[in-house]
Amino acid sequence: MSDESKKAPYIVPIGPNHPALKEPVMFTFEMEGEVVREVDFAPGQAHRGIEWMGMRRNPVQIVHLTDRICGICGVSHTLAFARAVEQVAGIEVPERADYIRTIIAEFERIQSHLLWAGVAAHELGFDSLLHLTWKVREQSMDVIENLTGNRVNYGIVQVGGVRRDIVLEQHPIIDDCLGTYEGLLGKLLSLFLDDKTITMRCRDCGVLSKKEALELCTVGPTARASGVNVDLRQDYPYAAYGDLDVRAILPEQHMGETHGDVYDRIVVRLLEVGQSCQIIRQCLSEMPAGPVTAEEKLAKLLAICKKAQGEAIGRVEAPRGECFHYVRMDGKDAPHTWKVKASSYSNLMSWIPMLRGEQIADIPIIIASIDPCLSCTDRIAVISHGHRSVLAKEDLHRLSVEKTRRLQR
Amino acid sequence: MTDAFLTPGQVAERFTARFGAGVHGTRIGERREGKKKEPNYNIWIDLERDLLKPAIRVLMELDYPHLSVISGSDMGDSIRLLYHFSLYYGRVKGEYTVTFSVLLPKDDLTVPTISDLIPGAVFSEREKQEFLGVKVSGIPDGRRLFLPEDFPEGIYPWRRDDTGIPDGMVKDLWASKRPADRPAPPLPEAPACEPDKEESTPSPAGREHGKEGSQS
Repeated sequence: MSDESKKAPYIVPIGPNHPALKEPVMFTFEMEGEVVREVDFAPGQAHRGIEWMGMRRNPVQIVHLTDRICGICGVSHTLAFARAVEQVAGIEVPERADYIRTIIAEFERIQSHLLWAGVAAHELGFDSLLHLTWKVREQSMDVIENLTGNRVNYGIVQVGGVRRDIVLEQHPIIDDCLGTYEGLLGKLLSLFLDDKTITMRCRDCGVLSKKEALELCTVGPTARASGVNVDLRQDYPYAAYGDLDVRAILPEQHMGETHGDVYDRIVVRLLEVGQSCQIIRQCLSEMPAGPVTAEEKLAKLLAICKKAQGEAIGRVEAPRGECFHYVRMDGKDAPHTWKVKASSYSNLMSWIPMLRGEQIADIPIIIASIDPCLSCTDRIAVISHGHRSVLAKEDLHRLSVEKTRRLQR
Repeated sequence: MTDAFLTPGQVAERFTARFGAGVHGTRIGERREGKKKEPNYNIWIDLERDLLKPAIRVLMELDYPHLSVISGSDMGDSIRLLYHFSLYYGRVKGEYTVTFSVLLPKDDLTVPTISDLIPGAVFSEREKQEFLGVKVSGIPDGRRLFLPEDFPEGIYPWRRDDTGIPDGMVKDLWASKRPADRPAPPLPEAPACEPDKEESTPSPAGREHGKEGSQS
């Protein structure tokens, strides 16, 4: 920062501590008064070099690494990686395993979207709503723990299938959880969507047009909220989704129009919670009997993977959008090449058009609105940046809450 | 944009018809999962480097392609870049992925930017520059993306040659002991387990690999 910065436009650096979520990314805003004129960001604050590690490990070891790429979408990365390896090695996954994978993936979506809804409410200053959403989210975490043994790094997907079956005794637990969410959804929808202040804060705020969404390769709920009809569960059959009838949730189906703003992103995510409940119910009733893994013995599985040669793509619709793994194997233990593309990787670029022209107090909710997940996108431990005057997260959060209070008056 | 959807075979044919010998090979992968075994298709097209942008333009005649990511492998004397697109999203069970791969010899690692066609590609192109040492000519923003500012120049983490990560940069955390300059723990530490004795059945291959990992 030179003396130049004393004249307008002001340069406001935010980060590397994330202003909205507790996620590390470095933003530089060029401000003109209260208005954002230009935005730049530098990810990489949480890059851990996971692909480098993976290229020195065998697929069975990598499966446990992929579980830890992200703390929220643990099953998406593992499923995408396992699907890629299965295609290279020619492993047929048992049908029952496809269904179990789908059920876990949908529970992951429910807990991820509820977590996001809580964060969004917090950013707007509605902490009671944050507490409500996070309280009800616990039930899905409990079910996930019941099904997989873990709340976070599930460790359920293995190359060739899954590591645990879902038994009949677990069905009532799942049913009970789905019933709770189906009963609650109407309340959540009205709390978020009919609230005058939330509407004022989120309508036409952080707009991403359909054209920009396409050009910036946006994925998942962020793309759908801008009217792009894209959902891998609908477009690209994998696991049990080919048997189901999933349709992408677009804001115009429910609101009659598409704005591509923060409000539409709330609409899409909340409605997807209901959709996930339906998918899980359908999967439970149609789940075929049979084994849950193609090869139970890890030594045999590793021998199959070691012989495999070729390349393949594994794609999965994670809660935040397309999760993409490319694997190339050339007859060694470790894959020759492994590329992870997390869903937030595709969505970060969309921040720039969203934030341009918005007010400083709207920065937190807009940044949060794409549901960024930096541990997915970044994958090296970091050296802290130089000493710049930094607007801390607390300051920004305070500004955001103050704006809400002003509107309520 | 044409109204009729092409089959995966027709998509591949369109490129071989248009570019002839410039297309080194095409392959269509098919995967069927679930009870109904609905197929999904992955189209792979190996291209001459100069044909990358013309090929993307041909793809854009079909649909505005979604660029998932650009991935890359060090093949020894060349770097292979793979541009993963998808086509016909929004069509129920009808989306294909289309992957263009180009080989860049290591004495000339330049590739044109595709960000003039697909602006979102800059993100992935920046990553390929820092991780594989390729040069994307015409890139509107050539800064580093994920690597820290003080990461040494001329080291590219995904390369398998001398420019890859040197041994000295790898910290083997698994081999680290308790720091000597700390106060003693309140409870005595349990003796460290011997990984070799514990692992009786898993493959020797896996273990070999761990060793390899610590060396490279």
